[in-house]
Amino acid sequence: MKKIWIVLIGLGLIFSFINGRTETVANILFFDLQKSVELIFSLLPVMAFWTGLMAIVEKTGILNKLAVIIKPLVRFLFKEVQSNTKAVNAIIMTIAANMLGIGNSATAFGIKAMQEMQSTNRDKLTASNAMCMFLIINVSSIQLIPLNIIKLRADFGAAMPGDIMIPTIAATTFSTAIAIVAAKYYERKRFR
Amino acid sequence: MNVSDLILSMVIGSILFYGIYKKVDIYTVFIDGAMEGAKAALRIFPYILAVIFAINMFIQSGAENFIVSILTPVTTLIGFPPELLSLSIVKPLSGGGSLGVYQSILDNYGPDSYIGRSASVLMGSSETIFYTVAVYFGAVGIKNIRHTVKVGLIAHCASIIAALVVCKFMF
Repeated sequence: MKKIWIVLIGLGLIFSFINGRTETVANILFFDLQKSVELIFSLLPVMAFWTGLMAIVEKTGILNKLAVIIKPLVRFLFKEVQSNTKAVNAIIMTIAANMLGIGNSATAFGIKAMQEMQSTNRDKLTASNAMCMFLIINVSSIQLIPLNIIKLRADFGAAMPGDIMIPTIAATTFSTAIAIVAAKYYERKRFR
Repeated sequence: MNVSDLILSMVIGSILFYGIYKKVDIYTVFIDGAMEGAKAALRIFPYILAVIFAINMFIQSGAENFIVSILTPVTTLIGFPPELLSLSIVKPLSGGGSLGVYQSILDNYGPDSYIGRSASVLMGSSETIFYTVAVYFGAVGIKNIRHTVKVGLIAHCASIIAALVVCKFMF
């Protein structure tokens, strides 16, 4: 991540000079960085709300039955945390929120899941296999109904805005499958 | 009324009622949990800031345009629509940025064109990798993220190919 950050900023600096856009840094500093606060503002209440609700979920054990049913899948994907109920619960909720397309809620559960996985992680600085798998499944997108895309298509006058739904699910399933296979492959080569 | 909204209300309702049924002090438990969540949200702020700065530098300086312009001849050679190149590069970096590119594609080619459809599928089948990775790992202080970004990008490429192929055959 550190490398990517430095490369993006480095390229940005070089090209802002080449293209004569030396005002880039100042613009970003004064305008675009505000977006980070907007993001936190929209994220904070949702995160607080869902972690509050998740605390109730954990106290009641309402998800435990579901966790037992999907145990084989959890064992395959997140072997290291399969007996960590809190982590499994948060993972289930993240994936559910992602499928429904409630973005901020998914982030809230996702961070909760990461914290729970970290609590049983042996090396606190290095991501465990379960963490990598979790992140990879998240970034390969598992949204079932891309509502915002369908809405935009409607705004631009598509004949049937929702006709991309099945193709999207097909593409998402394919990319997630590839992601899981690739993640499994790299898991075997621990530590670079 | 859409299905997601209905499911959301049902999920929240059943959690609360099940809590009361199990005689859990739901109010106090909720408050304690929410405090944890609020703290976690503040803890990820610097990571969000760092990512937004770097990605804006990359896009606004014209570095992204340059990379698109040198890649275009190569990708045209293999039959990849040049219009989708910019979207393919911006999408893993920035949600807002890719939305802008996507809208201009819809505007220029129409939502029912092959380009418009593939762009729609690509938008729905990939995610902002760098933001998610930075925030999730940042929240727990992981420094070595191993193969996460690499595999994320592999999945992204798979989405692009799938979007193009599926739209070719399904419409």
